Amino acid sequence: MSELLEVHDLTVHFATEDGLVEAVDHVSFSVRPGEILGVVGESGSGKSVTAHALLRLIRPPGRIVRGEIRFEGADLLALPEERMGEVRGARIALVFQSPRTALNPVLTVGRQIARLYALHQHVAPAEAWRRTIEMLTLVGIAEPERRARQYAHQLSGGMCQRVMIAMAIASSPRLLIADEPTTGLDVSIAAQILELLRALGRRTEASIVLITHDLGVVAEACDRVAVMHAGQLVEIADVHTLFKRPLHPYTQALVRSIPRIDREVAMEPIPGAVPSLLAPAPGCRYADRCARVLEVCRRERPVLRAAGASHEVACHAVEVESGTAVR
Amino acid sequence: MPWRRLARNRLSLAALGAILVVTVAALLAPWLAPYDPDEPDAAAALASVSVRHPLGTDLYGRDQLSRLIHAARIDLLVALSATAIALTLGATLGAAAGYRGGWVDHLVMRGVDAVMAFPAFILALAITAALGNSTANLVAAIALTHVPIYTRLIRGEMLKARETEYAEAARTVGNRPHQIVLYHLFPNCVPPLIVQATLAMGFAILTVAALSFIGLGIQPPQSEWGQMTAEGAGYVVSGEWWLVLFPGFAIMLTVLAFNLVGDTLRDLLDPRMRGVR
Amino acid sequence: MGFGRYVLHRLLLVVPTLFGVTLISFTLVYVLPGNPALVKAGSLATPEHVAAIERQMGLDRPVHVQYWRYLTGLLRADLGESSSTGRPVLEDFRQRVPATLELTLASLLVAAAIGIPLGVLSAVHRDTALDHASRLLGVGGVAMPSFWTGLLLLYVFFYLLGVAPPPLGRLAADVPAPPRLTGLYVIDAAVTGRGTALLSALHHLMLPALTLGFAVMAPLTRMVRATMLEILESDYVTAAWAAGLPRRRVIYGDALRNALIPVITLLGVIFGFLMAGNVVVEMVFAWPGLGHYAVTSLVTKDAGPIQSFVLFVAVMYVLVNLTVDLLYGLADPRIRLR
Repeated sequence: MSELLEVHDLTVHFATEDGLVEAVDHVSFSVRPGEILGVVGESGSGKSVTAHALLRLIRPPGRIVRGEIRFEGADLLALPEERMGEVRGARIALVFQSPRTALNPVLTVGRQIARLYALHQHVAPAEAWRRTIEMLTLVGIAEPERRARQYAHQLSGGMCQRVMIAMAIASSPRLLIADEPTTGLDVSIAAQILELLRALGRRTEASIVLITHDLGVVAEACDRVAVMHAGQLVEIADVHTLFKRPLHPYTQALVRSIPRIDREVAMEPIPGAVPSLLAPAPGCRYADRCARVLEVCRRERPVLRAAGASHEVACHAVEVESGTAVR
Repeated sequence: MPWRRLARNRLSLAALGAILVVTVAALLAPWLAPYDPDEPDAAAALASVSVRHPLGTDLYGRDQLSRLIHAARIDLLVALSATAIALTLGATLGAAAGYRGGWVDHLVMRGVDAVMAFPAFILALAITAALGNSTANLVAAIALTHVPIYTRLIRGEMLKARETEYAEAARTVGNRPHQIVLYHLFPNCVPPLIVQATLAMGFAILTVAALSFIGLGIQPPQSEWGQMTAEGAGYVVSGEWWLVLFPGFAIMLTVLAFNLVGDTLRDLLDPRMRGVR
Repeated sequence: MGFGRYVLHRLLLVVPTLFGVTLISFTLVYVLPGNPALVKAGSLATPEHVAAIERQMGLDRPVHVQYWRYLTGLLRADLGESSSTGRPVLEDFRQRVPATLELTLASLLVAAAIGIPLGVLSAVHRDTALDHASRLLGVGGVAMPSFWTGLLLLYVFFYLLGVAPPPLGRLAADVPAPPRLTGLYVIDAAVTGRGTALLSALHHLMLPALTLGFAVMAPLTRMVRATMLEILESDYVTAAWAAGLPRRRVIYGDALRNALIPVITLLGVIFGFLMAGNVVVEMVFAWPGLGHYAVTSLVTKDAGPIQSFVLFVAVMYVLVNLTVDLLYGLADPRIRLR
């Protein structure tokens, strides 16, 4: 079964007044058709930048330095901009982090959705409006005709998020990227949104990349999980394996730090802080926070290697311990 | 890239230099000016730029360069006095309004609103017209129109600072209100005040020049940049360009210099006020 | 009803401000040196005659009574008389307002037509040569006195190039004014088909409008640029792009439309600059408007026109700002539909 999306060696840099920020460093992963891939990590780990890079939304001072993004047989990074416009929204869609600011405040929400129908499916305005109402119903908005004529500031956070999702799936994209879709929402609303995403994914057979810093969301909704730290992808595995047998020290620390209500366990925060991405040190960026750090870790960036069925890890310590280190 | 910062700093340094040059010229006018600004020379009347008269001469043969240098004195003096008075008055009113609150605040702000209902230049014009054409009245008029700016600024700072724990602590220790205001709360207001005053200098100079241009303000024989331009205005249509070009350019250069320095000060002293670059 | 309250609130604020304006206006009048009764009576009048006129004009009454008379006079549209023209000030105003209005509108048009696109392009092509040039122009333009700009333009375009008319008013000497519909020569001539008048009016409007327009352009350009830059960084612009809308359309459609709304609020401030600039520019080009009227009255120490001019400008300023606020409330759905 071939992958829907294959990302190789993606690297994104930002040239700021203070220097070069290496936001995403040699990231590689793939997304299978119909699966929900979680991308997890602390803020500043490069999750959102990666998502934006997939749609080539990186603008100066940011730059995609290297990499390959294979989607439906083509390398997106090699496409001319006009062709990219056919991909965005139609084949790959992005649901933004804070729904209210991602909606234009002076256009009605209905208008913002309808024009996408007109754009991608070339339908007349009346038909576009009809489909918009349909879509709003599908994403669970009550009184869609009334709501469609309203503006973002008149809707609640949860409703805005649903509108954003409606915009994203308007043209049935094959890949949906949801950037922190539940952040800032009520727990119950968040659960509804998650369920909505899953239902839509099942219904349209689209794959979903679910970006979040919340491991609970990951456990709840994802099939596979990728863990990012300081712009580097450190581990990727199916969800059960990740929680049962995390291999990378960072993933282990993350899993350990989840509060438990079923038994008494000491809270173990992860020591140190995410290192600055400004002119970072070579090698593994978790080195300064890692209990199992080796000398090679600071010199050489660890590469993702298979560590089991559907399980890859980028860690020198793991390699050494499993005897698969390559000199 | 730090290029932008460097370039802007060089520009501001140049601006600062320009201000210094103008100030020095103004201060040393009697010694710096090659001729007596009021001395006529019929033989050299309406002469264009030359070695003898680098900026030309006017209808009476008076050397424009000398007049320009002497004019710098009055322009800077008026602008400086007006700004200083406006600042003092405005800051006091603003401090009273901000710190006391209540009816004092209400009264002051209604006054500010009334003054700001007039475009500044029009009000200055009206006041000068009402009070009469003297330098003192000109200073008063300009100062009055600038007061609201400082009042609002200081009032705003006071309102913020009043609620801080710093102020609370000072009160608890037993400081009297004016002490608190002066010694504890005021120091915070100084940076934005300096920025505002620098920028206001530019406006003050433009106002003096414009008022003198239309015949209010500085009266002959005292030379002033706007008034010199007015004298030269009639000659533009017959081609004597130097009478208009140089005084106007002096105005522009000085105002520009103050604006640039003010902008830089704003970036340096209060990053919060920094607009989108 | 959120918007209704917004409107009411704004309207209520206007009333005390207008009062304050009349108060200041009156104070300026009251403070004016010289005796208006003496001026009216003439220098040959006897003291008794002067005293009689004083009583008639109410100058012997206490301050607050005089203020009341002033206020009620204003409401009756009685602005006094001009001692130089001998006519009621209101009449003079009526005759001269169209000239100022025409110049103001033309200048606004120039400022907007050049300033807004410049600001937009500056923001879209940030930090390019165009951006730097436009910012330089802005910073320099603000420092240039408008009378200087006007005189330089006159020198270049009239004296050197000969394409501009001499600064003698709104029309060439041999061209009759078009029939008066609005008083704005350009409109009147266009509507009544007076070709020569139309051309002459436009020809004479050119330099003054450019001068004044340039003087008020800088704040407009700066704000448009700043607002555009902010919006271009916003999430919804990126989101629209991510949804497949071509970047060009997102910039000149969504972003621009959003950016122009706050610019409405700037129009009030610009109006203030325009009125101030009118005074100077009308003098430079001998443009027979209110500003010119006010300045010539100053020279002859004619009190009536000066005060009335100042009052008129202030009232207009307040009303324009009010209208601008209301327009902004209408344009921004976040305020219109609270």
